[in-house]
Amino acid sequence: MKKQLLATVIGLSFAATTQAATPSIEEMWEIIQKQQAEISTLKNQLEKNDSRLTETEIIAEATISAVEEISLAPAASNKTHIGGYGELHYNKLEKDDGSGDKDAIDFHRFVLFTSHQFSDNIRFFSELEVEHSIAGDGQVGEVELEQAYVEWDLANNKSAKAGLFLMPVGILNETHEPDTFYGTERNAVEKNIIPATWWEAGAALSGELSPGLSYDLAAHSGLFLDTGEYKPRDGRQKVGKARADDMAFTGRLKYTAIPGLELAASLQLQTDMHQGEGEKIGGTLFETHLAWQKNDFQLRALYAAWDFDDAINSIKAGADKQTGFYIEPSYKITDKFGVFARISEYDNTAGGVTDSAIEQFDLGVNYWLHPNVVFKIDYQNQDNSEGTGSDGINIGVGFSY
Amino acid sequence: MFNSLLNKLLCKVIFTGLLTTTLLASPQLIAKGVYQSGPDFIAEVFEPAQPEAGVLWFNDSIRQQAEKILGHRVLGLRVRYHQSGAKTAWILNEIGKEMPITIGVVIDEGKISSVKILAYRESRGGEVRYPAYMAQYQGASLTERYKLNKSIDGITGATLSVWAVNKVAALALYYHSQVVSKPESIK
Repeated sequence: MKKQLLATVIGLSFAATTQAATPSIEEMWEIIQKQQAEISTLKNQLEKNDSRLTETEIIAEATISAVEEISLAPAASNKTHIGGYGELHYNKLEKDDGSGDKDAIDFHRFVLFTSHQFSDNIRFFSELEVEHSIAGDGQVGEVELEQAYVEWDLANNKSAKAGLFLMPVGILNETHEPDTFYGTERNAVEKNIIPATWWEAGAALSGELSPGLSYDLAAHSGLFLDTGEYKPRDGRQKVGKARADDMAFTGRLKYTAIPGLELAASLQLQTDMHQGEGEKIGGTLFETHLAWQKNDFQLRALYAAWDFDDAINSIKAGADKQTGFYIEPSYKITDKFGVFARISEYDNTAGGVTDSAIEQFDLGVNYWLHPNVVFKIDYQNQDNSEGTGSDGINIGVGFSY
Repeated sequence: MFNSLLNKLLCKVIFTGLLTTTLLASPQLIAKGVYQSGPDFIAEVFEPAQPEAGVLWFNDSIRQQAEKILGHRVLGLRVRYHQSGAKTAWILNEIGKEMPITIGVVIDEGKISSVKILAYRESRGGEVRYPAYMAQYQGASLTERYKLNKSIDGITGATLSVWAVNKVAALALYYHSQVVSKPESIK
């Protein structure tokens, strides 16, 4: 009985299942229609989501770009720049003949650079300096405008400038931030013969003849020697109501095609350093130098010679030739610590028969606390034939920014 | 007397000539120092392959390391680059003395394969763009202290430009290490 009942139940269930698994064609069509509708709905939703995603990406990109533009804008749009450098020196020197010592502390130079970019190819650059900390009537220092010129590019490799600019002569004259050279004080040869730092007013052209070979040509105001003066350093008028009767011309060729090497030669013509007053004194300056850096070793060597008209000998015998040279090897022991030695000789009356050369030997160290902040200490020994040389130490701190 | 006057006249003629030449040439001003556009640089570097463009987002760690390498703040949120296999190319800007120098750096398997100045806007120090100078960076990789493992001979009077290129070369190597497998030197 139980078996019959179970068989009946199974049979009914099977029949029902068979009936449900095989819908009619109409039912099938209805199911397909419903599924199609569901697919379309889902597809639409997916497209909307995609569209929202793309829109979100666009909004995110625009927001990020705007944020970047705002954060980067000050650096990119700032057309006026301020920079500068400074150096404090302590000198303790003793004269060989006991005639006097120098024991002095001096904020030798405090300089502000200001430049402005008028457009991609026209710019202005200036350098204003306070020397020896204090200036004014009866004070030891000076306020000097050392550079103020407009420069404009004529082509990729050619530019012109007009205004007050540094003479393209020597190693230090154009690049003299204290962290760029060894020795507390600038070398005596460039100071007394070239004479650095030296600026004039005029116009100049600079360009490249080929990669690594550049030229500078300048027409500018000349030196003026007042009564009794014969040294080029005394003749700097510093473009302050300067006499401009007779001009001067400077040319330079510079070779820098080999990494680490700079070879340069400059020639200058002074037409009359009396600027039309009294006897004419013309002169030419020839300067050549080498700056060579290989790994941690560096060598700087410079030679400079003035050849003046003989008339200058009536002011100072032998002043028609004024020459000097130095050789300076240095070695960077670490990134921050370097040692140097320098031998130099200069003579502002080299045309004379007597030995009037001044020889100097320097030995010292530079310690760069930061690439732009340097501490210096060196020993210097200066000798001349009259026995009035001196020796002692110099200590300095310098910075540029 | 006559000679003196002639001399003065000659000097002034030369001066005026020099000034006039520069002024007359001014209307044909050409933007200084844009040597190659970014897209041209990328195309040249990967030719004939088509590189993929990528973006490296700055997280705190990347930003801090980048700032250590450059020695100043890093602005922006990301840096774009191009990549094909283990080779990446970066176009980065860094100020030399006053103006940004645009520098392209290509790195292959953790070593610099080339550095090129794409735009130089400073008035001095343009010697850094010479091929002989740029060739010094070839093969350089990063040390453990994130510095270049090669000594680069500098340029007298262009120290700041040289530093800028050195820093960008090291930075590109660091960025590269963040987007591809790290090179041996900093693993």
